Amino acid sequence: MAVADEFGVLTKAFTGLGVDEKSLISILGKWHPEHKQSFRKTTRDIFVEDERQFERWDDRHVQKLQQEFLRFKDAVVLWTMHPWERDARLLREAVYKGPKYGILVEIACTRSSEELLGARRAYHSLFEHSIEEDIAFHIHSSEKKLLVGLVSAYRYEGPKYGEEVAKSEAKILKNVIKDGAKKLHEEEEIVRILTTRSKLHLKAVFKHYKETSGNYLDEDLGDHLILKQTVQCLCKPETYFTEVLDVSLKGIGHDFAKEALTRVIVTRADVDLKLIKEEYHHLSGFTLSHKIEEIANGNFKDFLLTLIARGDQEN
Amino acid sequence: MATLRVPASVPPADEDCEQLRKAFAGWGTNEDLIIQILAHRNAAQRKLIREVYAATYGDDLLKDLDAELSSDFQRAVLLWTLDPAERDALLAYEATKRLTASNWVIMEIACTRSSQDLFKARQAYHARYKRSIEEDVAYHTAGDFRKLLVPLVTAFRYEGDDVNMTLAKSEAKLLHEKISEKAYNNEEIIRILTTRSKAQLNATLNQYNNEFGNAINKNLKDDPKDEYLKLLRATIKCLTSPERYFEKVLRLAINRVGTDEWALTRVVTTRAEVDLQHVKEEYHKRNSVPLDRAIAGDTSGDYEKMLLALTGHGDL
Repeated sequence: MAVADEFGVLTKAFTGLGVDEKSLISILGKWHPEHKQSFRKTTRDIFVEDERQFERWDDRHVQKLQQEFLRFKDAVVLWTMHPWERDARLLREAVYKGPKYGILVEIACTRSSEELLGARRAYHSLFEHSIEEDIAFHIHSSEKKLLVGLVSAYRYEGPKYGEEVAKSEAKILKNVIKDGAKKLHEEEEIVRILTTRSKLHLKAVFKHYKETSGNYLDEDLGDHLILKQTVQCLCKPETYFTEVLDVSLKGIGHDFAKEALTRVIVTRADVDLKLIKEEYHHLSGFTLSHKIEEIANGNFKDFLLTLIARGDQEN
Repeated sequence: MATLRVPASVPPADEDCEQLRKAFAGWGTNEDLIIQILAHRNAAQRKLIREVYAATYGDDLLKDLDAELSSDFQRAVLLWTLDPAERDALLAYEATKRLTASNWVIMEIACTRSSQDLFKARQAYHARYKRSIEEDVAYHTAGDFRKLLVPLVTAFRYEGDDVNMTLAKSEAKLLHEKISEKAYNNEEIIRILTTRSKAQLNATLNQYNNEFGNAINKNLKDDPKDEYLKLLRATIKCLTSPERYFEKVLRLAINRVGTDEWALTRVVTTRAEVDLQHVKEEYHKRNSVPLDRAIAGDTSGDYEKMLLALTGHGDL
């Protein structure tokens, strides 16, 4: 490979998600001092000209690089962790390093009742508080009530639900939404329905809402992100996860948007990743694997692709 | 401490079943035999008896009891024989039905059970009623009652002894502030009462007393007719000193013109294996009459015998 091409490969090796360890080894491993010098002089966004006549590694880039080196390790640790510990830690981070409402909603609503209970137990062990007390204490916004309710739910998971009740609750939602309150997530009936009803019941409510109003409930809640996410997570999680992945893979998001890629793939690999893949393809026109090839590197990329390919053999 | 007395050597479950079956045989029922057996077996033993009875006779012991016994005695035996989690689920279910609506029972279950036991009750509720406790409580309550009861019933409190004194001080202050403003349904009051661990709450309320000179419940007596305030005071009592709460329930149940049998049965059957001994001591202290004498004075027949057996009296 020509040295100029190598510059390109090397730059790519630490751009994007994860690092391309193989390229780093094969290229950097054989470069002489003058090649490295040349590289430093020509890649202006990674190295800056110091006033004392040397090319200094840009601080922010080193920090980013550190994050990218850790991305594989984080994915491995998250994957290997017991799902209860994993969810407890994700919840904790979402409360203390944010707050990130989306993640709280995601975990509270896409896990089964027993999985959520397990996460609450693990939270006791790890942090010596209950998750609901920490959310209630640290989150001061009006979304608090909805969030505490979602994380405290122990939804019935059997096949029975009341068709008539579902119809009337769809009507209640239609009226509340039509009244157009600004803080819809504070409306008592919306909170009650979303934080206590079983998922099957809610799917029936979703269906009746569409039949009677002509619109999809999550779309009508478009102006109220937290409610839209709640409804999606409870009724059609693959739609929610697809949207999260889409933002994450466009690569323009903040750090936590990038972390979402690891989180979604690791937490859904053995659950509904197949459905998510289909939905993603449908939405973006690309396959998930294709996008990951484009934007991720090295061991991190290989790990994700392996997780995505799981279950392909089974069905 | 429990008041339940179990004989030193308990007969094997199939022998108990045979005796119980005999108790139902022929005309009438041998209630004494039923009390003699069931009132002296703990939860695990009662569970085994139900299983063996079903395996041996193909019948559900509870259904047979239901058919053979009547009214108060029947209810006492039925509630007693149920597994604690199923019992709590049944009581909670009844409490949400309009005719027997009782916010108090829901609050009582939510606050006096351990985190584990409350969760087991929620599981039992799913299994029996095909819905979650919280969806029924939310649906059948409104306003301030819903705001208080739903978080109470869905709490999964940390159960350790860890206490943060700084937090206790600041939350005591916060409670006092809101109470002084008469904002009794304020979010922060509800947050503290429905999420903090019992150890933390105790510390906070002691702080409140030290700092402001009054126990918190004294400051919540604004309007004696206010049902919400009554419930709030009872919630605090249940969370911090359940035996005093249960003593009061018993006192009111027994001294009413006409006994409140449902309350009496509920307290005795749900606490006999938990802390009825402490409740008895509290009762004696407050009423100068031992609980068993009060029960004997106010009830009769097999119902009385059953209650006395569960409170640790009568023959073993």
